[in-house]
Amino acid sequence: MSFWLESLIILVVLCNLRVLGSSRLTACIQTVALQGALLGLLPVLAHLDALSARLLLQAAASTVLKAAVFPWLLNRALRQAGLQREVEPFVGFTASLAAGVLFLGAALWLAARLPHAGPEALSRLVPTALFTIFVGLFVIVSRRQAVTQVLGYLVFENGIYAFGMAFAEKQPLLVELGILLDVFMGVFVMGITLFHIHREFDHLDTDRLTALRDS
Amino acid sequence: MIWTLLGVPLASAAAAFAIRADGPRRGLLLAAALTHAALTAACWTIQPAPVFGGYLALDAAGRLFLSLLSALFLAASFYGAGYLRAAGRTKEEEDAAGFLFANAPEAVFTGCLLCFLGTMSLAVLSQHFGLLWVGIEATTLCSAPLIHFHRQRRSLEATWKYLLVCSVGIALALLGNFFLAVAARQHHDLLMTVPELVAQAGRLDKQWLKAAFLLFLVGYGTKMGLAPMHTWLPDAHSEAPSVVSALLSGALLNCAFLALLRVNAVLAAAGLADFSGELLVGFGLLSMAVAAAFIIGQGDFKRLLAYSSVEHMGILAFGAGLGAAAPAALLHAVNHSLTKGFLFLTAGNLLAASRTKSVGEIRGLLRALPRSGALWLVGFLAITGSPPFGTFVSELWILQGALARHRGVLAALYLAFLAAVFAAMASVVLKMSQGEPSDRLKEVPGDDADPWRFWPPALLAAAVLVLGLWVPPPLLDAVREAAAVLGMR
Repeated sequence: MSFWLESLIILVVLCNLRVLGSSRLTACIQTVALQGALLGLLPVLAHLDALSARLLLQAAASTVLKAAVFPWLLNRALRQAGLQREVEPFVGFTASLAAGVLFLGAALWLAARLPHAGPEALSRLVPTALFTIFVGLFVIVSRRQAVTQVLGYLVFENGIYAFGMAFAEKQPLLVELGILLDVFMGVFVMGITLFHIHREFDHLDTDRLTALRDS
Repeated sequence: MIWTLLGVPLASAAAAFAIRADGPRRGLLLAAALTHAALTAACWTIQPAPVFGGYLALDAAGRLFLSLLSALFLAASFYGAGYLRAAGRTKEEEDAAGFLFANAPEAVFTGCLLCFLGTMSLAVLSQHFGLLWVGIEATTLCSAPLIHFHRQRRSLEATWKYLLVCSVGIALALLGNFFLAVAARQHHDLLMTVPELVAQAGRLDKQWLKAAFLLFLVGYGTKMGLAPMHTWLPDAHSEAPSVVSALLSGALLNCAFLALLRVNAVLAAAGLADFSGELLVGFGLLSMAVAAAFIIGQGDFKRLLAYSSVEHMGILAFGAGLGAAAPAALLHAVNHSLTKGFLFLTAGNLLAASRTKSVGEIRGLLRALPRSGALWLVGFLAITGSPPFGTFVSELWILQGALARHRGVLAALYLAFLAAVFAAMASVVLKMSQGEPSDRLKEVPGDDADPWRFWPPALLAAAVLVLGLWVPPPLLDAVREAAAVLGMR
């Protein structure tokens, strides 16, 4: 069992690196979807001996949302926006990957310093969760297009979800579902806004949204 | 009763999306606002029973903020009905640069407005930290379409910034939730509710609790508009329709403040009040300083009000962090909400008459729009804390709290920022009010006489004036009780 768990965790890390290094938006969307699916499966694998209806429902809801609904929404936004399928970063792909390696180091260092807690099987998830959070924040600030910022938000959210899984099983089911619903609505509203941005400006570059500022 | 408080706005919202005729939909908005206000008023005599296993309950602090929210929404809904009637007559409007734009469908606007009321009520009523997070995040999503009511570029840009900055901020608060759960990890029987964590605070892990508070402060602080996380606030407040700005500033920021105070209550119970208090005081003073810097020479009167909200959120954090001044901070939240509510509604009247937000293009308000002009001047005096308005009383009380704690330097900084804001706002508002009417105001449409859009702000202004002359003892008791519930002393 721990072999499967560790393979999953390594795959999650590789997904992060692929998001940082890939130049095609559709590839990035697929990678984030894959990461969401892996994280959705993880609690089921970790608790194979004590499966409950609550756990299965939560895993199913999160996997369906992250692996199917979000990519569909984002791909739809991309289709509506037409041609722009390149990522267009402020920070180049090689530099992004180098930053990713630094983040991984920082996450390992930080996780080692945190007071140890939680079920043993999942404690190896903590550095991965921190790494995913860092990568998500980095993607939000270092990419130019609005779609990529939404992707960054999803990676960030995945990281927080992974952290919650590693440590806390205290949220009641309804609250968990509420959190998922909020994230879903967030992506949905962002998708609609993307559509409006494209229709109004003919591009999705957030660095060109500069009408509002104080000199 | 609590289910009804949440159910009325949400059910009305669903109905508002379905109703096709404009007239009945506006009637529904008013009816829902009146029902919500009546239910809230009833909560002062009948203590509603906790529901949903105690996750939803109305304590003294919740009641204070719920009443504030409900009163402001009532005023805003009457104003909004008048606003929608006027906006519905013209199909397209012209923005400052001369581009034509259409408005979003009215059904979407009304529906989101009612959802906004429902989710804010949820945030105020939540006693469970996870549910509280769900409520606060949901307010962001309902209010984003409201900010984008005017279908034009500037409001779209503001909406995008609002969505992204607040979503990322609130996601950090979710991480804070997990940190809080880790702090309680050795006790698997603990529920993540406010009363339970406050009662058992001594058993929580202090290191994790501190880290959780930092994340909550950044997360909910983003939503509350504390500097330096306030960047979404001026854009969203200036580009949204004025009735939405009034609700964002008067009601939504308070909900985030309450969320932060609930976390603060856990820290105070764990004996970490000094740690969290110092952070709140620091962020409060920083917000006041940043707001003062941007208010000086501000050329857009709605952005001016938005930065003033940043300043007042700073005052609230400052007062709450000082401990001794906590009841004063809650009283100030009441005063600020009422004042900022009527200022934004008045700003809407100015905007409707002059079609510009630029300070330089408006002169002679008192002559051109006697009633709205007078309200604007009164609002300036009230928001800067001049006597005899309620804000003066609460700001003075906070100052006393700072001096009682022998924090002379902090008190001096606090006074200096207040004075700077007063001077900067005076120069802007007095220029706008006095003199001959400028070109923009020469041919004023008859809107200044519209009772739907005059009386709601005027009544709020009267309330602020009354609170300055006489604070009703029940309100004073409510404020003290709320501060005690939140563990601030």
